[in-house]
Amino acid sequence: MIVRISGEGQYEVPDDQAERLNELDNEAVAAAQSGDEAKFNELWGQILALVTKECRPLADDELVESDVILPPRDVTLAEATSEFTGEGLIPD
Amino acid sequence: MPGLGGRMSTVVKAKISKLLDRAEDPGETLDYGYNKQLELLQNVKKGIADVVTSKKRIQMQQGQLEQQVVKLDTQARQALAQNREDLARAALERKAVVQGELQSLDSQVAELEKQQESLTDNEQKMRAKIEAFRTKKEVIKAQYSAAEAQVKISEAASGVGEQMADLGLAMQRAEDKTEQMRARASAVEELEKAGTFDDITQLGPPQDDIDRQLAELSTGSQVDDELAKMKAELGQGGGGGDAPALEEGSKEQQA
Repeated sequence: MIVRISGEGQYEVPDDQAERLNELDNEAVAAAQSGDEAKFNELWGQILALVTKECRPLADDELVESDVILPPRDVTLAEATSEFTGEGLIPD
Repeated sequence: MPGLGGRMSTVVKAKISKLLDRAEDPGETLDYGYNKQLELLQNVKKGIADVVTSKKRIQMQQGQLEQQVVKLDTQARQALAQNREDLARAALERKAVVQGELQSLDSQVAELEKQQESLTDNEQKMRAKIEAFRTKKEVIKAQYSAAEAQVKISEAASGVGEQMADLGLAMQRAEDKTEQMRARASAVEELEKAGTFDDITQLGPPQDDIDRQLAELSTGSQVDDELAKMKAELGQGGGGGDAPALEEGSKEQQA
């Protein structure tokens, strides 16, 4: 699975890591929805670490579309929450 | 696609797809719109230059505030030497506010440096992808039938298109951030012009850093400590006789 961290670049995530990523993502969503900022930040940090440390970065000249695009590294709980309610990073 | 359905990741992906849809067909854009690509890279350069300008402006402000700190410190000493503890306290209170402001400027400069680095990195990635696409397109055209080539080229194009859209998003975020800092920097500059933080309340109603610092100051412990230290220093130095005149002292007298 190809994952992009918005603003940073693309990574190839192996299947077993993709499962773990999915779990962390679910937990992060739950934390964001319950407004638990500390928990959200911790999980988001884990997600970033998993992708950037455990997965292979794609070369700059590889032309592949991502399966998943994660928000920018500095995403805040407020932004993440507005993402879920549909307001979004990019205003219409 | 395994997992991550309807999650934050897919939402961002949807945003980016939307940006792409709004643009022309990425394949077409890349195939014919060389000017478009140059335009985009030009915009990134401009974006980076904006970040650098903001950074320089803040650094200049830091220099001015540092001079303020020295000046207020000297004034406090002079006031104490003339047994004007009230004036010394006022000067030290202002110094603490200016120091707080300096700290917040430090973190702003660090933030802008990060932005600069990330945009530069992004620009490089974009260039690499555009170049790779240019090469790959020719190879594909030479190797495949027109219909097959069309499919393969548009696959490669969506990879570039995603990078383009993401770069656009990164620039927007950088712009928002520098905008906020610029507004803040202007407010501080105004104060400087208006007269050296003479009227701290001018910073306005929102609970910003200075308000918070002022609230902390009302406990006064920081200023008390410094005042005591200064007194001790002056006492040891034994310099009473030829105390320098108090610059602009009367102007600053309050309460």
